Amino acid sequence: MTASSQHETHEHDVLIIGAGGAGLRAAIEALAQGARVGVVCKSLLGKAHTVMAEGGLAAAMANLDKEDDWRTHFRDTMRGGKLVNNWRMAQLHAQEAPDRVRELEQWGALFDRTENGEILQRAFGGHTFRRLCHVGDRTGLEMIRTLQDRGVHMGFDVYMECTITKLLKDGDRVAGAFGYWRETGKFVTFKAKSIVIATGGIGKSWKITSNSWECTGDGMALAYEAGAELLDMEFVQFHPTGMVWPPGVQGLLVTEAVRGEGGLLRNKNGERFMEKYDPKKMELSTRDVVARSIYTEVKEGRGSPHGGAFLDISHKPAEYVKRKLPSMYHQFKELADVDITKGPMEVGPTCHYVMGGIRVDAETGRSSVPGLFAAGEAAAGLHGANRLGGNSLSDLIVFGRRAGLAAAEHAKKTAAPTLDNSQIEATEREVLAPFARTSGESPYQIHHDLQEMMQNLVGIFRTDEDLRKALAALEKLKARASKMRVEGSRVFNPGWHLSRDLACMLTISEACTHAALARKESRGAHSRLDFPKSEDVWGAKNHVIVNKGGAMTLFEAQRPEMPAELKQILAEDK
Amino acid sequence: MAEVTLRVFRGDRDGGKAVDYQVPLTEGMVVLDAIHSIQAHQAPDLAVRWNCKAAKCGSCSAEVNGRPSLMCKTRMDALPHDQPITVYPMKSFPVIKDLATDVSWNYRVNKKIPPFQPRPGVEWKMDQRDVDRVQEFRKCIECFLCQDVCHVLRDHDKKQQFGGPRFFVRSAGLEMHPLDGASRTRMLKEELGIGFCNITKCCTEVCPEEIHITDNAIIPLKERVVDEFYDPVAMIVRKIFGAK
Ligand SMILES: Cc1cc2nc3c(=O)[nH]c(=O)nc-3n(C[C@H](O)[C@H](O)[C@H](O)COP(=O)(O)OP(=O)(O)OC[C@H]3O[C@@H](n4cnc5c(N)ncnc54)[C@H](O)[C@@H]3O)c2cc1C
Ligand code: SF4
Ligand code: SF4
Ligand code: FES
Repeated sequence: MTASSQHETHEHDVLIIGAGGAGLRAAIEALAQGARVGVVCKSLLGKAHTVMAEGGLAAAMANLDKEDDWRTHFRDTMRGGKLVNNWRMAQLHAQEAPDRVRELEQWGALFDRTENGEILQRAFGGHTFRRLCHVGDRTGLEMIRTLQDRGVHMGFDVYMECTITKLLKDGDRVAGAFGYWRETGKFVTFKAKSIVIATGGIGKSWKITSNSWECTGDGMALAYEAGAELLDMEFVQFHPTGMVWPPGVQGLLVTEAVRGEGGLLRNKNGERFMEKYDPKKMELSTRDVVARSIYTEVKEGRGSPHGGAFLDISHKPAEYVKRKLPSMYHQFKELADVDITKGPMEVGPTCHYVMGGIRVDAETGRSSVPGLFAAGEAAAGLHGANRLGGNSLSDLIVFGRRAGLAAAEHAKKTAAPTLDNSQIEATEREVLAPFARTSGESPYQIHHDLQEMMQNLVGIFRTDEDLRKALAALEKLKARASKMRVEGSRVFNPGWHLSRDLACMLTISEACTHAALARKESRGAHSRLDFPKSEDVWGAKNHVIVNKGGAMTLFEAQRPEMPAELKQILAEDK
Repeated sequence: MAEVTLRVFRGDRDGGKAVDYQVPLTEGMVVLDAIHSIQAHQAPDLAVRWNCKAAKCGSCSAEVNGRPSLMCKTRMDALPHDQPITVYPMKSFPVIKDLATDVSWNYRVNKKIPPFQPRPGVEWKMDQRDVDRVQEFRKCIECFLCQDVCHVLRDHDKKQQFGGPRFFVRSAGLEMHPLDGASRTRMLKEELGIGFCNITKCCTEVCPEEIHITDNAIIPLKERVVDEFYDPVAMIVRKIFGAK
């Protein structure tokens, strides 16, 4: 009997891995094209990371500030990204986001309203105008519920609590995916003409992070192993405001909407320290700048009692704060015994988002592997060296749609692939190996050590020496992981699940470290103490990482010249 | 460091038993932190769902000291420490393993509810006051704690006839959407069995999002059902004018 006949197999035109905003939007578009669509996700449907997004989604609707238009949004995005963004993506994103938002509304999403009944928009760091469409501070929930219900009623097949551990190939092209059901531990194989990776971020490799357990970089690692290129992996965003106390919630996000709504940052001496670092934009400076400023204040002894800065919104009326920031109000009240309508919060940087990811074509989300597409946080390019708040949720719907469309079109033109049983058998053996060992460490211990190491050596400020140490440490961690042991049965076994996630985290951590070591300048979220300035020569280059015969290989890619009209927009000052 | 005892259900579909674990207390700890500490140091295969750790995703539902709760929101220092803190899976759903239950029935119920359908030719403008009313329902994080506590499901297991409070909340969010044009009253009566609800308000009490499930969702929906099916005047009007 062959391996694939031993367990269940499903066939689709388009298989979407990930049910966050990007995956769901891709699925809806592929369905609209008439494709047979399957969606796989590690959690229950509706629980993907997107559900946690708070502040809003950026689109130049100009509902409040009439001067706003796609050009300004484009310019803000490029400047925020320190000009290493894929300019075509930045252009498409700015142009299409308003239509995508209107579409959400037509599918039932209910945004907060302006006086005359239009969608309300709020200010956010790095955006020239009030641009973030929002629902209080639970925008992600509104978005995911809207997309989820739309998709369910259009009729996609959802495979929830199912984790993909391998992409299967048919020659050069992608042929399907292999995974396990979390509930039973049984294996499952998918056969598909097109696959869209929409697996989100990588934050779980760091100790202090706003990300959930799902954010282990699986899609990037699987795509990398299947031959796709990774881009810009040195650019990892540390959000300036995570909770710092109590210990159990360290890293949990405090939305930028607090500052958007007028929140002020102070050090322990009561000084509004942003005056020193960015007197023009102050609290609403870009995230890289604010995160470094807080870090510096703490390092120089001006931090709050638990090692952060004070963020204060209590000068606004209590009712206003509770209405505009309800979940922040509850989060602090219930978890930290702080009433934010009466006093300040303590906040500090937390690993939040990765600008890097799978290298894709701007128009279609196509990767370098035929049939393999990517969108959302798992894809790279739009945000360059630093993402502006609100630009992720809009990214998901703009490029989710484009990837779904292109994947469906690709499937129409393509014959069904053939699955190769030897690939399936090899991955089965690999996935089960930790059960067979009678000794070895638990994956929890190795994960703990990885997080500690990445936090210390590949954090906000980086040096040549630290990054080299990190690479050496990663070799040791990989060696330990190759001998780890998993206890218990295959039924809903989190230790086993972590052993797979850990393999992905190790690959991605290595890619981040390599790229960070190679970029000998500071730009956006990538700050090198030994190379503190941005250099024009580096501004013309992006780092690409590929798997060459099992070895992680990095090369530089020259960025294509920007058309004159876009250059013109960038040069205009506003 | 002070220690507390957690008495956690360990088992699967075929049954199981409560197991005691000693956990060191840390400042500000929540029950989910304690469960994670058990996973990391004592029982790596302890099954539990979670995502956000911030009461935003509705994954970590369980019964803590008998009360349906989000584990990520339940502070250890709010519970008595002189006796073991019990952590059990939601009772209304079949256990998969330990604290993870099979909630797939909920997803099947959701499919029965007709989606948002804008009235033809609407202008996409809405007043914040009208939106406020509906946004309350849309805060739902699908933790299913209300489903867990509702006696119609918990004690009478009417999953075939009854949709449960979560889906009345969902229906209310659609029915009261200022621009929606679909009718869900027949579905509420016949498929979701809203008549089984006898307004005990237990669901409202456990909702972590503080949605007024009974007062704001169920009662107005029951009124709509009554108007449509049992009000003779409305029925005659319907017959004469052919209104929906
Ligand atoms: C607390 C918080 C607040 C935020 N607020 C904002 C905001 O206000 N505005 C904004 O623009 N951005 C915000 N962001 C960022 C934004 O939420 C994320 O970048 C975005 O939601 C990512 O969406 P995604 O669709 O790419 O992936 P996700 O939503 O992360 O979804 C990934 C999906 O992939 C699945 N998956 C992963 N690996 C596998 C695998 N191996 N097999 C099967 N499935 C897999 C997961 O189960 C999940 O369904 C916030 C982020 C956080 C953490
Ligand atoms: S009010 Fe109705 S739905 Fe809520 S718990 Fe009581 S019977 Fe169930
Ligand atoms: S209505 Fe409340 S209790 Fe019920 S599922 Fe939603 S959030 Fe949970
Ligand atoms: S983990 Fe998300 S609600 Fe508790």
